[in-house]
Amino acid sequence: MPMFPVSASRLRFEPNGHAVLRGLDLVLGGEGISVVLGPNGAGKSVLLRILCGLLEPSAGTLRWGDYDHCPEGVAMVFQQPIMLRASVLENAALGLIPLGVARRERQASAWAMLERVGLADRARDSARQLSGGERQRLALARAWLTRPRLLLLDEPTASLDPSGAEMVERIIREVRTEGCKIVMTTHNLGQATRLADDVVFMASGCVREHVPVSEFFRRPASEEARLFIQGELPWQMAF
Amino acid sequence: MSTGGVGTAFGEALSLILAFDHQVLDIALLSLRVSGLAVAIGLLIGLPAGACLAVGRFRGKQTLAVIANGFMGLPSVVVGVVVYLLLSRSGPLGDFGLLYTPSAMVIAQIVLVVPLMAAISRQVVEDAWRQYAEEFNAMRFTWSQSVRTLLHDCRYSLFVAVLAGLGRAMSEVGAVMIVGGNIDRSTRVMTTSIALETSKGDLPLAIALGLVLIAMILLLNGLAFVVRNWAMRRYS
Ligand SMILES: Nc1ncnc2c1ncn2[C@@H]1O[C@H](COP(=O)(O)OP(=O)(O)OP(=O)(O)O)[C@@H](O)[C@H]1O
Ligand SMILES: [Mg+2]
Repeated sequence: MPMFPVSASRLRFEPNGHAVLRGLDLVLGGEGISVVLGPNGAGKSVLLRILCGLLEPSAGTLRWGDYDHCPEGVAMVFQQPIMLRASVLENAALGLIPLGVARRERQASAWAMLERVGLADRARDSARQLSGGERQRLALARAWLTRPRLLLLDEPTASLDPSGAEMVERIIREVRTEGCKIVMTTHNLGQATRLADDVVFMASGCVREHVPVSEFFRRPASEEARLFIQGELPWQMAF
Repeated sequence: MSTGGVGTAFGEALSLILAFDHQVLDIALLSLRVSGLAVAIGLLIGLPAGACLAVGRFRGKQTLAVIANGFMGLPSVVVGVVVYLLLSRSGPLGDFGLLYTPSAMVIAQIVLVVPLMAAISRQVVEDAWRQYAEEFNAMRFTWSQSVRTLLHDCRYSLFVAVLAGLGRAMSEVGAVMIVGGNIDRSTRVMTTSIALETSKGDLPLAIALGLVLIAMILLLNGLAFVVRNWAMRRYS
């Protein structure tokens, strides 16, 4: 069964009466990289969690192609990925446990993946000793290893230095060329122009714009988007 | 007794230990065997049970957690009586003829240490689970995969649970006295012989056994400390 397009309509998320998403509409195709932009508190991370099936919307409809619940083949990398008290290799192989892969094969695939993200020489080290950039690459490897069809990335390069961010971007591009749909958030507009095929602009728990990336930066349709690009969106407008 | 008497008793106790007195050695080894086996079996039950209590979502989970916490301090004589009733000739398990054997002592000590280890395991695993839950859910871990992964991840902290169990088992006297019967060369362990020798007035042997008991517990704790420190450095 196809799991695309992922479509949300009039999606609301209001835990304890506090409206976070207020009638969000969005349709995501099965290819390319969609970058979700928007001010702090706009609901970007909440949207990704809902797309991953981790949070239940309070109202509205959400479908992943023919599925009405989150199907297999969706993976997510959190802003601060957790690492078990184990080696880099074991952490990379973690995502294969639920897929029922035997321990040996898990480790063999993890090795190959660590090579691709440039962490093979750290395989035997403790994952908790990695730097922020290395952790993020490890988390990407862990998610990628499960061969997802939809990969959700929450600020994958937040707090990384330019070269660390560049390495992560290279991995993201590589995942994309393997035919995996990527939805990611970022506050780095340069990164959005480099990676995005389309931009989803969110404010106040709604999608305000969903357009190809060049259009978004050249001719933002809304005043909010224009101000956001110029870095002048007053924070009140986020809510 | 005069202070001189106690001093002499201490001196004799030390010479018993230094001479590797057979009686002392046999009793100490039996203690270690019984309590070691009880803890080894108990941890296979207690640690996973605690982890299930931490991770699982089922009705009565809170109640079970409270019971485990409450049973941590279960009086050992009460456990002794309950196991005695189960194993006695007319009891439901009487046909096995286990009463007054080391096996009976092992069973009683298992009952004693399982709630303790389960309660500590629940606490340790719950703390880790709070951090990992979202990521595990995103990876679609099943309940039992989460439990197994968490137990492995917390292995060094769970050492504390095992140690607490061993300490409890080695130092209790009530349960082994009742179900073991304190039979010479068969079910006489350190705590029961300390009680007996003291009441008989054979202080040197009682003191010697007491010193050995304390030394063993200190040694085990020291070992655990070293292992934990090593692990903390390794996995920061
Ligand atoms: N699991 C949750 N349950 C309830 N409310 C939540 C949850 N997660 C986030 N929120 C609330 O939703 C609002 C939006 O948060 P979210 O993290 O989605 O913002 P964001 O767009 O990702 O912001 P940032 O750019 O700072 O990461 C916040 O007010 C937050 O407190
Ligand atoms: Mg966020």
